[in-house]
Amino acid sequence: MAKYHITAEINGDETEYLCEPEQTLLDVLRDELNYTGTKEGCGSGDCGACTVMMNGRHVCSCLVLGAEANGAKIETVEGMADGDNLHPLQEKFIEHAALQCGICTPGILVASKALLERNPDPTETEVRYWLAGNLCRCTGYDKIIRAVMDAASEMRGN
Amino acid sequence: MSIAEADRPEGKVFKQIGKRIKRPDGVDKVTGRARYGADLNLSGMLHGATLRSPHAHAVLISIDTSKAEAMTGVKAVVTRDDFAEQPDEMAAAGELPVNYMHVVRNVMAREKVLYDGHPVAAVAATSMSIARKALKLIEVKYEVLPHVIEPDEAMKDDAPILDETLFTDGVDPKPTKPSNVSKIVKIKKGDIEAGFEQAEVIVERTYHTKPVHQGYIEPQACVASYSEDGSGELWVTTQGPFMYRSFTARLCGMDVSKLKVTPSEMGGGFGGKNNVYGEPVAMVLSRKSNRPVKMVMNRGEVFRATGPTSGGHMTVKLGATKDGRITAAKADLAFQAGAFPGAPIGPATMTAFACYDLENVLATGYDVISNRPKVAAYRAPGAQVIAFAVESAMDELAKKLEIEPIDLRMQNAAKEGTKAAYGPVFGPIGMEETLQAVKDHPNYNVPLGPNQGRGVASGFWFNIGGETSVTMNLNEDGTVALLVGNPDIGGSRASMSMMAAEELGIEAEDVRVSIADTGSLGFNFLSAGSRTTFAVGKTTINAAREVIKEMKARAAKIWDIPEDAVVWEDGHARPASTNAGDFEPLSIVEIAKKASTTGGPISGHIQTNVTGAGPSLATEAVDVEVDPETGQVKILRVTVAQDAGKAIHPSYVEGQFQGAAVQGIGWALNEEYIYDDKGRLENPNFLDYRIPVASDLPMIDTVIVEVPNPNHPYGVRGIGETSIVPVMAAVNNAIENAIGVRLSDLPMSPPKVLKAIEENS
Ligand code: FES
Ligand code: FES
Repeated sequence: MAKYHITAEINGDETEYLCEPEQTLLDVLRDELNYTGTKEGCGSGDCGACTVMMNGRHVCSCLVLGAEANGAKIETVEGMADGDNLHPLQEKFIEHAALQCGICTPGILVASKALLERNPDPTETEVRYWLAGNLCRCTGYDKIIRAVMDAASEMRGN
Repeated sequence: MSIAEADRPEGKVFKQIGKRIKRPDGVDKVTGRARYGADLNLSGMLHGATLRSPHAHAVLISIDTSKAEAMTGVKAVVTRDDFAEQPDEMAAAGELPVNYMHVVRNVMAREKVLYDGHPVAAVAATSMSIARKALKLIEVKYEVLPHVIEPDEAMKDDAPILDETLFTDGVDPKPTKPSNVSKIVKIKKGDIEAGFEQAEVIVERTYHTKPVHQGYIEPQACVASYSEDGSGELWVTTQGPFMYRSFTARLCGMDVSKLKVTPSEMGGGFGGKNNVYGEPVAMVLSRKSNRPVKMVMNRGEVFRATGPTSGGHMTVKLGATKDGRITAAKADLAFQAGAFPGAPIGPATMTAFACYDLENVLATGYDVISNRPKVAAYRAPGAQVIAFAVESAMDELAKKLEIEPIDLRMQNAAKEGTKAAYGPVFGPIGMEETLQAVKDHPNYNVPLGPNQGRGVASGFWFNIGGETSVTMNLNEDGTVALLVGNPDIGGSRASMSMMAAEELGIEAEDVRVSIADTGSLGFNFLSAGSRTTFAVGKTTINAAREVIKEMKARAAKIWDIPEDAVVWEDGHARPASTNAGDFEPLSIVEIAKKASTTGGPISGHIQTNVTGAGPSLATEAVDVEVDPETGQVKILRVTVAQDAGKAIHPSYVEGQFQGAAVQGIGWALNEEYIYDDKGRLENPNFLDYRIPVASDLPMIDTVIVEVPNPNHPYGVRGIGETSIVPVMAAVNNAIENAIGVRLSDLPMSPPKVLKAIEENS
């Protein structure tokens, strides 16, 4: 089977990979490149566990083909921390107990980061609607929303 | 293990317990480092895929795998022929025991397929795409049979019979005709007829609920690796590595000692990861191919073939005197078990009226098989389904009596000394306290606007203890390694480290908790029944006490005084009094450093069957606003008050309350399995099976009630389940309060609510 030869920038590293035409970006990240921090909850764009940044926009990587990522800039949860400094969202998720099982956490962190880059001072309602595509079955969202709001506040310098 | 007087939880002063520490696995889980079921890749690993029945009920006439086997890249194919028959023998599996004869048939269909999604064959290939293509080459001949889904239909005389060898258990004389009713159970107290005769007011109504799925975000996933020497390893997302070892070894014909199960991090379970599905299949594929095999379900497979909970068909009748004393309570409930017996009718009948102190009770449960996936436990299994009916009936009774619903509950509340209909006399329990907590909460007094309503309901869950084995090792630098056998579903590493630190007099961060594989500890029961913090916690405390005892002995040796002349305080051994001698206290670090010369490594190991789990009760208030144009129900406020006995880490206790409440809201308003006329599941995805999302919800307010459990050194009760129990009824009662019509079928989706509004106007 002919595979595509793709070059993409992943978490700042130029990366080459081969992928089958039907493989999704999620499959490539997890199975070919071992970026298993990005999770698969549904494979159909309904749960958000696979959320990554692609060229500055957050996407469901299960809905993007691996081949489509040629030349793209991809950021995953593994690229969120700066060296040994966690991103404020990561800090606040731990502090607020915003994760229970943690399977939704990578996708929610990436989606939340995308929100705060666009809107540094979101209302609770804005956070809730922004994250409406990211399912969490454990927490009831309460502590997730609080963690995102608190991280936003801290990042604004409060 | 009895608890000494000095150990009674009341009035204890804690240094660690009750803090909100950062969970030790937090960084791993926010950086993507934590490894879940699907995150392991081994060299030479193959990918497994499963062929599933498209029919709800059919005879499996033949399976021809020859074309698939011949395909390049296919390394093994398995069918029913690869699994030996299993005896008719029950095995414990969380709250719902299972029968090996049924487990083997659920893992791979034998004589018949019994539901849409029932596995028929499986393939292991060098890539997922090859495995999927190979499945298409397997030729299966079916003889399609009539099917039945709903329990009331399945109980009819002319219903299609799923299992010709099944005769209803619990009826006398033994029936002569096979039936879909596998079992009838009764819980009785007093004289139900006499109770209704005393009643001045009676309410009676029939309720229905639909099957709903646990909805964990991580699908079932494992990697099985069978070695040429006959041993095997299984990496798997599970609530019970020891249980998965028993089942997988049994189904694969292996000695238990030959199989090592390593639990991955688990992306949610809620009872759905108590049972094996693809794990034995992956192991047999690995044995046939001599390669590791990864099996990961997709979301459609999770919905179609793993345990949802039962749908119920229930009639509840309550009688009371005019002043609000309940004189009789009766429930009849028929639950779907799915394709094999084992619906949670036991817990449902036992818990039905457990919130109340009643003289006359009768609860009768019917376990009904039908052409749906075999049900699995789901957070307080059975209790939530019957509570929807009972707590709705309580509200209806209160309205009829013109008593405030929360006061009617208070008037009849179970308390210490109440003899439950299911047998025990309750010790201290928190029913009245949770009612009072809701009543006192500011939310309860917020004025309601037009089309808004408030509903209250309560719930009960037993909690369990169970087999537990824990090892604590004192490291050479005075830090502590704690080995437990229960996967961390949501913060248990944190709570274990806190309990260990509390005992030892050190900081929680100095205790490193690891989750053992099955080769490293004795048998541990599942992370289920809200047992982990209670039972593993209690065992951890006792292991710490062993370590303390040994550390005192070492200090005594160093000082050359008797062991009983040494006490342990704040992480130090000290002479019990000046009479014992004048020695500088020895810290845990100093004792650890000297361990090699005072007798070798220091550790504590406890294995036990923990008893004494205290029931946890909850009361919840929900405010809703109903859109009269669309029937849409918006949740405005939720207040959860549950008895935790003692909260070890309050944030994770609140998190359990909040998560359970929101699962209940989904169950109340949206979630249901929808079947077409051929018995095929129509909504096996998160788009059409809609679980609550962030924008559906307000913040979830919680009150942690603490009525200490006298059977735990710190008073802990399990808290993982009860908060889901009252929710569906609380939402129903709130809707009734808003629109003046009582609904009786879940989910209370917009079309149903709109119909009720229209019929009433
Ligand atoms: S896995 Fe991509 S949205 Fe669920
Ligand atoms: S923490 Fe488990 S799904 Fe969100």
